[in-house]
Amino acid sequence: MRFATESRAVNDDIFSAEHEELRSSVRAFVSKELLPHAQEWEAAESFPKEVFKRVGELGFFGLKYDEAYGGSGPDYTADAVVTEEFSRCGSAGVSASLGGHKDLATLYISNFGGEEQKQRWLAPSIRGEIVGGLAVTEPDAGSDVAGIKTTARRDGSDWVINGSKTYITNGAWGDFIVVAAKTDPDAGHSGLTLFVVEAGTPGFEARRMRMLGWRTGQTGELSLSDVRIPDENRIGDEGSAFYAIMQNFAWERIIMSLGQVTGAQLTYDIAKNYALERHAFDRPIGKFQVWRHRFADMATRIEAGRAMTYNALRMFIAGENPIKEVAMAKLYTAELAFHVADECVQVHGGYGYMMEFPAQRAWRDSRLGPIGGGTSEIMREIIGRTYGL
Amino acid sequence: MAWPFEPHHDELRTSIRAFVEAELAPNADEWEEKEFPDWVFTRMGELGFLGLSYPEEYGGSGGDYLCNIVLAEEMTRCGCAGLAMGVAVQTDMAVPPLYKFGTEDQKERYLVPAIKGEKIFCLGITEPDAGSDVQNITTTAKKVDGGWEISGRKIFITNGRRAHAMTLVAKTDRDAGHGGHSLFIIDTDTPGYTVERTLDKVGMRASDTGEISFTDMFVPEDALLGNEGEGFYNISWELQGERLIGAAGSIMGARRTFEAALAYAKERETFGKPIGKHQAIKHALADMATEIEAAQQLVYTAAVKVNRGEYPVREISMAKLLTGEVAWKTVDKAMQIFGGIGYSMDFPLQRAWRDARLIRIGGGTDEVMRDVIGKMEGL
Repeated sequence: MRFATESRAVNDDIFSAEHEELRSSVRAFVSKELLPHAQEWEAAESFPKEVFKRVGELGFFGLKYDEAYGGSGPDYTADAVVTEEFSRCGSAGVSASLGGHKDLATLYISNFGGEEQKQRWLAPSIRGEIVGGLAVTEPDAGSDVAGIKTTARRDGSDWVINGSKTYITNGAWGDFIVVAAKTDPDAGHSGLTLFVVEAGTPGFEARRMRMLGWRTGQTGELSLSDVRIPDENRIGDEGSAFYAIMQNFAWERIIMSLGQVTGAQLTYDIAKNYALERHAFDRPIGKFQVWRHRFADMATRIEAGRAMTYNALRMFIAGENPIKEVAMAKLYTAELAFHVADECVQVHGGYGYMMEFPAQRAWRDSRLGPIGGGTSEIMREIIGRTYGL
Repeated sequence: MAWPFEPHHDELRTSIRAFVEAELAPNADEWEEKEFPDWVFTRMGELGFLGLSYPEEYGGSGGDYLCNIVLAEEMTRCGCAGLAMGVAVQTDMAVPPLYKFGTEDQKERYLVPAIKGEKIFCLGITEPDAGSDVQNITTTAKKVDGGWEISGRKIFITNGRRAHAMTLVAKTDRDAGHGGHSLFIIDTDTPGYTVERTLDKVGMRASDTGEISFTDMFVPEDALLGNEGEGFYNISWELQGERLIGAAGSIMGARRTFEAALAYAKERETFGKPIGKHQAIKHALADMATEIEAAQQLVYTAAVKVNRGEYPVREISMAKLLTGEVAWKTVDKAMQIFGGIGYSMDFPLQRAWRDARLIRIGGGTDEVMRDVIGKMEGL
């Protein structure tokens, strides 16, 4: 009993034994088939699209989706496990690409699409045969979703879309993109509608973007000029996009928080292992009190970030709409992951600054957290709003 | 009802809240001036609040550990943290070792009246020259005919002046290192036990804090609590409960302060709008709420583990460290939001500000927590 450090997971009210089995199998896949290639893929600044196929074969895209479309759900908890384990793949661009497919593009089809649309895009997505992306952000409108300028104009039974989208995960190689466009410029929040645009549609062009981090990701800038699509490609009712986007934000941000906590933990482990290995003045640098204390602070915040993220997940699964708790988890874990990565660079000293060490990659990759999926400033606005400010 | 609490915890919460708001909070200002009265213990004993998680055979309510967390959280509504601390010393610090390590006879004589609130307890660990460094205390208990003779000095003892009994840690073997400490249960009217003075503190002013000396104080053999030589380990066990209850109370106190600051920010106007609508204040409040949420979820994580009978030293130390920091940051931010009125002695915020500073020192400093955590992380 005295000072025992081993203890069972406290969160077995969330994760069942079956979930832990799933965790083992996803982890085995990630460590055998993804992690060994991480260095090579980072160097190449890309990864093979076949990875989607393989993940689909293993069923890891389908845990929250209905069996009718090849899923094994709906089990959002299981999906959260998959996300945590994907985060261990050693390349943020890879896990983000898998997540952009699993939690953004397909979630809209599943939640708001009709039967035919689900058979057409969701089922092959779950199998990993096609890859999807979600396009909301534009060069002049990111956090301010209602301010987007891309338009969709009715023309007979078709729609004609014009505009541009940017920072779209999987945008550069996506087989289909869920695009938010204005269908009624005067209707404000109620004037936005979602459409599926497939790659190869005339007028649709994608350009890959180079980024500070997430370098293996195929993030794209999209241009849509007179892109003509049939009404069958409209997802949900006309004017329903804003609310759909707001609704899906909860899951998207829980997923981001889970990834950020897992990432922070992995970066912490890298930093700690180095601190125990590297000697200065005849002892491991991690044994100097200043570093021991900084690691204690990091470990404490990682536990707290995990605890709050799991609580947001717990509430989401219980069917609540934990807007506040989700925004808090996203804000806290994003800032945390970057802080831990910066400490990781610091503890490595000169090596931390060198491209051959993983510290700088964690540092670059984690910097996106406070920007993507709603900036930290937007999270604070949301939290303030939930308190009536 | 929110995780990890169940409906029966919420019922308990409601009844504690009613008591605290009706019988304690109205006296906060007065008690802050001259310390809270002893009847608080007997009244809380009558209501069953001092024995929430002890078995019924000793007069307890047979509840789980989360009941203690509920008590600590609701006590923050009394308006002066010093009172909450005095009660917490009884419920979660000085008395639990009696239940855990005491003989049936000791439990009858001390645990039962402690639960009734008839005997007030204090805890003697810290000394003028040894606080965080428990191993180096110098109070000694020497084996003599029929008992022990104790000499030494303890300081910063909450309930020190008013206590009827003290749970004491003393050295029984100078040369045995960690194996040289033992716990004792001492009646404070024992000859040789002297309350030297009560200490004046910057905060927590509703509680009394004593400096106690022991001069050739003879106690019988059955004053030994637990096995001889196991005192260091047993007091380390005690400290876990002390730290977690302190963490639970301080973060809920921070939440109360946040709520007060939020209400003020909605009310107070500058430049034509409530200050909370200015983005700098709005975002400051969002950060405060986020950090409180993180720290409180960490407290609950540790509490659930304790509730299952685990011994989560790592999570408890983390919860203590983080809640202390967040509580302090919160009260200071709140003072900024309140501006001049926050600085006024006529307004309660300054009290919360002064009170909150203690959690980073008492029960193991921030620095000791980081050492514990760092060592458990292998550093």
